[in-house]
Amino acid sequence: MADEKFEPNILVFCCNWCSYAGADLAGVSRLQMPPHFRVIRTMCSGRVDPEFILHAFSKGIDGVLVAGCHVGDCHYIGGNYRTRRRVPLLKNMLKQFGMDSERLKLDWVSAAEGDKFQKVITEFTEKITELGPSPYRAK
Amino acid sequence: MDKLKIAIARGATCSGCEIEFVDINERLLDVLGIADIVYAPTLMDIKHKDVEAMPDKSIDICLYNGAVRLEESEYEAKLLAKKSKIMVAFGSCAYTGGIPGLANITNRQKIFETVYRDTASTENPDFVVPQTKCEVSGYELTLPELFDEGVKLLDDVVEVDYYLPGCPPLVGQINTLLDVVINWVGGKGELPPKGTVIASSKTLCEECNREKKENMRIQKIYRPHEIEIDPEKCLMEQGIICLGPATRGGCGAKCINDGNMPCRGCGGPTAAVLDQGGSILSAIASVLNITDSESTVTDEEIEKMVSQIVDPLGTFYRFGLPASLLKRKVTEKVV
Repeated sequence: MADEKFEPNILVFCCNWCSYAGADLAGVSRLQMPPHFRVIRTMCSGRVDPEFILHAFSKGIDGVLVAGCHVGDCHYIGGNYRTRRRVPLLKNMLKQFGMDSERLKLDWVSAAEGDKFQKVITEFTEKITELGPSPYRAK
Repeated sequence: MDKLKIAIARGATCSGCEIEFVDINERLLDVLGIADIVYAPTLMDIKHKDVEAMPDKSIDICLYNGAVRLEESEYEAKLLAKKSKIMVAFGSCAYTGGIPGLANITNRQKIFETVYRDTASTENPDFVVPQTKCEVSGYELTLPELFDEGVKLLDDVVEVDYYLPGCPPLVGQINTLLDVVINWVGGKGELPPKGTVIASSKTLCEECNREKKENMRIQKIYRPHEIEIDPEKCLMEQGIICLGPATRGGCGAKCINDGNMPCRGCGGPTAAVLDQGGSILSAIASVLNITDSESTVTDEEIEKMVSQIVDPLGTFYRFGLPASLLKRKVTEKVV
């Protein structure tokens, strides 16, 4: 098993108004990305309840990326203000659970930033591959 | 009519739940008039073999308090589940893990090191720790094993019919349970559906008398001893972490209304959520000093803001770590 290549499972939450459109743009522009991620669209990054992320980790996901509109650009004005507090606080708590907090990432991708989506996904996939399988996988 | 048979069993507990049962005061006389306590190691001399000798389902109701973290507790829980018609997780520890559940951030070896070696009042140079078996003058002595994999809930080892949250459950909740069971035994009422939590289905904020503002905001986080707490204003608004928004009501918000102290979350998660800690984390982060000049706030400032909560895990899962989604601490493989 040891020499078998590790293929991470990555979950991406994209907000409807910016990041999902950004991901779509990356797709229609045929930008190449590692295929290890699955996207769940939420109306706003503020809709991503920390419980969703904890649930994903408890099911053995290796990394979670939350993507939303840039600060100041939120479709609902202040949704991502909440997200940018929840994610760092959750990271602090995940550290206490013994996890590498880099398994959770927050980034801002606008609808025009297909190339940024590609970059963020590629870097995050590399990071998670380097970290290896989540310690909650076997549980 | 035969007398109702009650068992009061215990796992990892401080016995506060049993004390609270006695706190029903004069009603205890009525209860003892119609019921026999057939098993309660705290109150009487009774052994497992006496329970083993009882016919299956001969006990009407078993109130199990405490978490399950010893081999013996697991055996006792399974034995009593077999002998009882109704199994009740009595109190936070049996229901969500309670304070003993915080042991899930460590393991058996580390617990032994702290308790039997490292504490200031301990002198144990040979590091003698409890063994499951040892021989003393030709006799073999045994002790039950402490689980290395952490604290379990009653729910993890047996089928539970009803849950009574609270540390300890309050007299009102105990009386509700007694009413239901007494009516059922007397043929005057039905039992609630299996899995019912005997408390409110709403959050604690519904029962709290404090004034809550629409646009609430925490400027700075304080621990309760650091400021003078205003008894009229919402605790969160004063910067005190209160688990009320993520905790099930049913206790009448006693700590908040009568004690002028924040909720610590012993009621467990509300019916609508999976994870109490995730729920309160979301609530607190949402009101953490969001102002009109948010666009000028840097990520470093946000980091500082959230780092004011020094122990998020211990604060948000104080009574419910083994019942949380992640359940226990893990070790990340070093790359």
